[in-house]
Amino acid sequence: MSNKMEIKNFSFTYKKAKAPSLHQVTLPIKANKVTAIIGPSGCGKSTLLRSMNRIHDLYPGNKYEGEILLYHEEKQPQNILDIKKENEFIELRQKVGMVFQKPTPFPMSIFDNIAYGLRLTGLKNRYKLHEQVEKALRDVALWDEVKDRLHDDARGLSGGQQQRLCIARVIALKPDVLLFDEPTSALDPLSTLAIEEMIFELKKNYTITIVTHNMQQASRVSEYTAFMYLGNLVEYDTTETIFIRPNKKQTEDYITGKFG
Amino acid sequence: MDKLFQILTRISASLVFIILVATAVVLYLTAKPAIEEFGLGFVFDSRWAVTEILEKPAESPAGSSAIPASDSASDTGVRTVDTATPADEALVIDDIDSDDEFDDDIDTGEESDSNTREIYGGAVPIVGTIFSTLIAMIFSIPIAMGVAVFLSEIANEFTASIIGTAIELLAAIPSIIYGMWALFYFGPFIASIFGGSSVSLLVAGLVLGIMVLPFMAALSRDAINTTPNVLKESAYAMGATKFEVIKDVIFPYAKTGIIGSVIISLGRAMGETMAVAFVIGGIFKFAQKPTDATISVPVVLANNFAESSGMSMHALFYLSLILFLVSIFTIYLAKYFFLRKQS
Repeated sequence: MSNKMEIKNFSFTYKKAKAPSLHQVTLPIKANKVTAIIGPSGCGKSTLLRSMNRIHDLYPGNKYEGEILLYHEEKQPQNILDIKKENEFIELRQKVGMVFQKPTPFPMSIFDNIAYGLRLTGLKNRYKLHEQVEKALRDVALWDEVKDRLHDDARGLSGGQQQRLCIARVIALKPDVLLFDEPTSALDPLSTLAIEEMIFELKKNYTITIVTHNMQQASRVSEYTAFMYLGNLVEYDTTETIFIRPNKKQTEDYITGKFG
Repeated sequence: MDKLFQILTRISASLVFIILVATAVVLYLTAKPAIEEFGLGFVFDSRWAVTEILEKPAESPAGSSAIPASDSASDTGVRTVDTATPADEALVIDDIDSDDEFDDDIDTGEESDSNTREIYGGAVPIVGTIFSTLIAMIFSIPIAMGVAVFLSEIANEFTASIIGTAIELLAAIPSIIYGMWALFYFGPFIASIFGGSSVSLLVAGLVLGIMVLPFMAALSRDAINTTPNVLKESAYAMGATKFEVIKDVIFPYAKTGIIGSVIISLGRAMGETMAVAFVIGGIFKFAQKPTDATISVPVVLANNFAESSGMSMHALFYLSLILFLVSIFTIYLAKYFFLRKQS
């Protein structure tokens, strides 16, 4: 089983914070698998996820230590913490896509939302744009619901539809890795189910990392699970091991609901 | 006690409404004779305080020689709304001493009141107001947007707080100070670049622009700041550059708030009196080019109320009624945009 990304001895300190928020985290992200990161609020799981496409860098002053490697098919693995130039950031973020907790449709039409990233990469051909927008919307099972109103404002969709739109927007760019930051915490159970089914489909083509509060969700969608607590990675193993016979007492307590 | 408190608050609240309605009613009633006399043609008539002879002239007095003889003779009793050609104005209107009551004394001295009629038209100040406001907007919108984007998206916290404070202080300067500054320094400076006099439509427009700039910038900055961070992050996460995020996400998101800020500034620019009175020139004449002196509605009001009576007073009230209605409409429009943003 090959790794798509590899986090090595990674520490992260927020601007002006005295102590680091992540301590020496080491974690592989397996290719074409779903890795779930679980843990109580404030344990650093979102911080870790947001380091993986360096979205933290929008707010200057944060400090990184260690390595986060991104494996390419033909090139040498790249330590993404070395990135300094804007065009490299853009390249990274198009390879490592991100979906946020709340749906974030851009203030434009459904079609333009999906086409936005494609246009950023320089794709202008209308026919190709349309083709790829349709494909992305079909991948998230949204096409049938929106095909008649592609040019309506995307903010008119329901919450669940908006979130699928945001996922379609990211996969239209054909990234290598998808990062989901609690993608269903703002959604109703039905929309949550739709998104989980979609993640199941998506892992055939993408490497997925998902941060979630919902342990059932982690057990349903992921193959590997990492449990974090107070900025430390407590345990990482196959989801089965973590949920059935965890090695650490802390993990067991969290899974069984004794704290958190 | 509770009842009393309720009544007190109710009275305070109604007071605002009463003042608004009372102002409108007084404006309308005082303006009424002028409205009846000149009708809507007032807005398009460029003559102000011009004496027109209604009956056949015994002898043409010097002051009213400009009115064509055939015109005045045939249209007896009928209100004549002359479409003002530039030639007319040039002859009829006293260019030089706008503050004086023109040639009234001479006219009334030579002829009885029944023979003549004072014509008042608001076209010159209305056009002056429109163009000075337009220049102000053209000048201030791009700069205000630049300031707003810089403060909210580009500057670091320290710089943003310093410039933000400076912008707010700029907004606190009384308009008369802008007027004095413009008259003694800014006007001559502009005149040395663009030519013309140091009091002109252009100078007035630019001063207005500078005056509304802080409002527009501060309000637009607040509108831009309402863009959720996560929305910007999702655009960055797709590989957008800062410029692309500002252009494609922030501006469309904050659009209604920004339009509202522009309209509020527009309303302020239209009603501004003191600073404009210093630098627009105060001449009842259309500006042929931006560097010409002209006059705006609030300046007419400020300059002429002291020495007006009768029809000239009514005409001033008519003019102020127009300004009142346009200002209210503008603010209402701004409110509409601001409220729509929140829903």
